[in-house]
Amino acid sequence: MLSDIQVEPTVRAGARAVLPLAAAIAVLGVSFGALAISSGLSPLAAVVMSATTFAGSAQFAAVSILGAGGSVGAALGAATLLNARYAAMGLGLLPALGGGRWKRLLLAQLAVDESWAVAYLGDGRFSRERLVGAGLVLLAAHVAATALGTVAGGHFVGDPAVWGLDAAFPALFLVLLWPHVQRPEGRMAAASGAAIACALVPFAPAGVPIVAAALGSLVGSRSR
Amino acid sequence: MTAGWLVVILVGASSIAIKGAGPLLMGGRAVPPGIVPVFKLLAPALFGALVVTQAFARGRELTLDARLAGLLVAAIGAHLRAPTFAVVVGAAAVTAALRFFAR
Repeated sequence: MLSDIQVEPTVRAGARAVLPLAAAIAVLGVSFGALAISSGLSPLAAVVMSATTFAGSAQFAAVSILGAGGSVGAALGAATLLNARYAAMGLGLLPALGGGRWKRLLLAQLAVDESWAVAYLGDGRFSRERLVGAGLVLLAAHVAATALGTVAGGHFVGDPAVWGLDAAFPALFLVLLWPHVQRPEGRMAAASGAAIACALVPFAPAGVPIVAAALGSLVGSRSR
Repeated sequence: MTAGWLVVILVGASSIAIKGAGPLLMGGRAVPPGIVPVFKLLAPALFGALVVTQAFARGRELTLDARLAGLLVAAIGAHLRAPTFAVVVGAAAVTAALRFFAR
């Protein structure tokens, strides 16, 4: 399916391959900026978070837990668990990164789901150049869009429910979930995580049900 | 320091550490194959939990409201592989419309 141009291992090719996704990332960035403002973050804090954390799902989870009245610990816990997959992705990238320890640490920060996918050459090999091209485009789109979202979000604060914005976030998480549930173990993990969270919502402080839902990954891995 | 900034700093540090864990700790050694599948399943488990809590929880109550319609639209959109933007905007629009006409 991929043409030769798409897997060309250059920075330019990586940047070009990820451009269509950058539009989607920008939409998420704007939503994150708006959500961050309505959860009580300052515009600067929201932009700093997008530049340093650079992991949309963890940012959404942390800020929505905070906005729902959850603790800093619950927000950190959920974000860290959501990011755990990047440890696995980082290990996969390792042979391609090259250079010294600190350079590799820096390059590994450019890995998000989309740039990681674009950097993949097949057969377990990755291209550092494609990672850099794709990662930089996505980082720029993410940070700029977050800044835009904090401005736009400030005008929306009336009542997000009137615009259906409270339904936008579960919809987004469902889109992120979708590719995972194409496999039985992914479906089992998702169903277990959802069941654990629902069971805990009436009893646990905001955010804790999400952290506890991580146990669903163990149920999923046993189902294989 | 506000809770917001504390979350920004702690989540940022945690994210940088997680992404850099491989390069910092492993050097050039191979990955222990046993941990990868569990890591990969963390995402569906947490996304599943986020979908249901964001769609059905209000404070500590589980409720069915207009968000359910938005979620159904999102499921159809995801199944049809519609662009993320269209799915998210469609879900919000249907939810907003339902609330508007139900008033």
